[in-house]
Amino acid sequence: MSARDEILGRVRSALADAPELPTARVPLRRPDRLTDLVELFCDRVADYRAEVERCPPEELDARLRAVIPDGARVVVPEGLGLDVAGSAVVDRALSAAALDRLDAVVTRARLGIAETGTIVLDHGPGQGRRAITLVPDHHVCIVEASQVVADVPDAFAVLDTTRPLTWVSGPSATSDIELDRVEGVHGPRHLHVIVVT
Amino acid sequence: MTATFVGMPAFPDAAREALADSQLRHNLTHATHTIRDKRARVVAEVPEWEELRQAGADLKDATLGRLDEHLERLEQTLTARGAVVHWARDAAEACRIVAEVAKAHDADEVVKVKSMATQEIGLNEALAAEGIAAWETDLAELIVQLGDDLPSHILVPAIHRNRAEIREIFRTRMAASGLAAPEDLSDDPGELANAARLHLREKFLRAKIGVSGANFAVAETGTLVVVESEGNGRMCLTLPDVLVSVVGIEKVVPTWAELDVFLRLLPRSSTGERMNPYTSMWHGVTPGDGPQEVHVVLLDNGRTRALADRVGRQALRCIRCSACLNVCPVYERVGGHAYGSVYPGPIGAILNPLLRGVGDDAQLDSLPYASTLCGACYEVCPVKIDIPSVLVDLRAQVVDAHRGARPPKAEAVAMRTASWTLSSASRLARAERLVGRARRLIPWLARLPGPGRRWTAAREAPAAPRESFRAWWHRTRR
Repeated sequence: MSARDEILGRVRSALADAPELPTARVPLRRPDRLTDLVELFCDRVADYRAEVERCPPEELDARLRAVIPDGARVVVPEGLGLDVAGSAVVDRALSAAALDRLDAVVTRARLGIAETGTIVLDHGPGQGRRAITLVPDHHVCIVEASQVVADVPDAFAVLDTTRPLTWVSGPSATSDIELDRVEGVHGPRHLHVIVVT
Repeated sequence: MTATFVGMPAFPDAAREALADSQLRHNLTHATHTIRDKRARVVAEVPEWEELRQAGADLKDATLGRLDEHLERLEQTLTARGAVVHWARDAAEACRIVAEVAKAHDADEVVKVKSMATQEIGLNEALAAEGIAAWETDLAELIVQLGDDLPSHILVPAIHRNRAEIREIFRTRMAASGLAAPEDLSDDPGELANAARLHLREKFLRAKIGVSGANFAVAETGTLVVVESEGNGRMCLTLPDVLVSVVGIEKVVPTWAELDVFLRLLPRSSTGERMNPYTSMWHGVTPGDGPQEVHVVLLDNGRTRALADRVGRQALRCIRCSACLNVCPVYERVGGHAYGSVYPGPIGAILNPLLRGVGDDAQLDSLPYASTLCGACYEVCPVKIDIPSVLVDLRAQVVDAHRGARPPKAEAVAMRTASWTLSSASRLARAERLVGRARRLIPWLARLPGPGRRWTAAREAPAAPRESFRAWWHRTRR
């Protein structure tokens, strides 16, 4: 008998005496008690010791220039639609080693979750492949105020399950040494979130 | 190479040894209290926490009740999205599948995301036997691997080590498996984390094969989920050409919408954060992004045995958050090694016997007794596993398994004698007179002699009264 059939057979016989359970309740939604989502989002992102700022759309290009240090080598995804300092390269299947030689990445996001201070990337246009927001040490992420949702269930309701998803809550971190939190291990050590309002 | 748990002593012996280690107790007290307080703070922010826990428990139970259907669905969606699905009855079969994938690509190394399932099956040792190096990339797993040590916690496997010990391990051991630690490495956690970053980066960049587990596997969408903090997970899941994920069959979540509940329960219970730094979700192969060859190994290895246990099957709800370890008064004092398994603490005390069965192994049989039944684990469990009830049921199973033992255990003899004495009024009266007389003739022994000595080694035998209730009744009411 194949491993598959044997395991499924074991499952069925293990459940032979199990009571029929009612279908579980639909996951409850969080009571609507949140008021200013963007403010909460910014507070919660900052709590992870990420940099966070709000800026009006017309100042975005200037803010980007200010945020990225002079001379930094920057990678951007296709479809970003922003003027990032002259030296930026557009990612067209750069190797991991090539990405490792770059200092920063600028992307957009699919949405932001206020309650948890989370940015969700679905790696569509303006966000790029998963690797480009991982290997460079500095991630600048632009979130539109209209993209901020209240809580995790709201994110689940709109995310596209045909795309890979990366949820980012602050910079890379570890608590593996004496449960002391240290920001910055393998992922970007600096996360800079610009909320366009 | 990392040591293994094979041949560990039974819990009471291992615990006695651990209790004598004052450094260990100091490290554990500090670490468990820190994380316990963090968890309490973020859980208190969620007014609907109790409803959320109940939803988590109900969803898991409903899923386990139709596990076969959900697994078939998962296989279907994974396959449709370009993943190759394998089934593994036991540890050896799972290890063989992973090794075959590596060998098919002539790989002599793999990079690994921290994963309980691959620890459970001893994958690193099995791959080493095939000449394939498995590099652990989680910081705590790296500390354990470099130190030839054993994990002692589900979330923080090096919780028993302090910063000075970690600095020493990095300074003396890193060079043998790649980039050496910086000469002037201090014991500052930030510097230690940076040393790990430098050491592992070259491995990430050249890796051809990544190996992971999965926290959840969504049947409806073929989504696998890995929840992590450091970014080592993203490295292993994204940069290699080939990805193999070993997933316990109980990890299945039927629908995308249900995953929501677990992503709200897990981070707060586990690391005490509103959300962990990184969560990766992928569904088979994504053209042009990440590994283009994706394998998923669905692992039984005792899970169907646990599923057949009416009381114990609830242990399969476990989402490996480790909240129960952090609040357990026993774990806090003896640490994880005493449990002799990759699953320590209260959940380990039930999961190991459930996965592997009782009656044949003294070490496994000792685990259901590694508890005071205080119930703190049940209170914090995000999926409401009633660990105390399962422990009591497993104790009964252990006793039942040894009922016919020759020679009988002291406990069995004591219980049989008590049963014989208590089932007859005249025998009880005689026993009471005997004890009363003995009490007057010889001083009361707080420590019992003979086989009773082990029972009184950690407690005092209660003093017998001079007169029994029945004797007093007869004397005063006649």
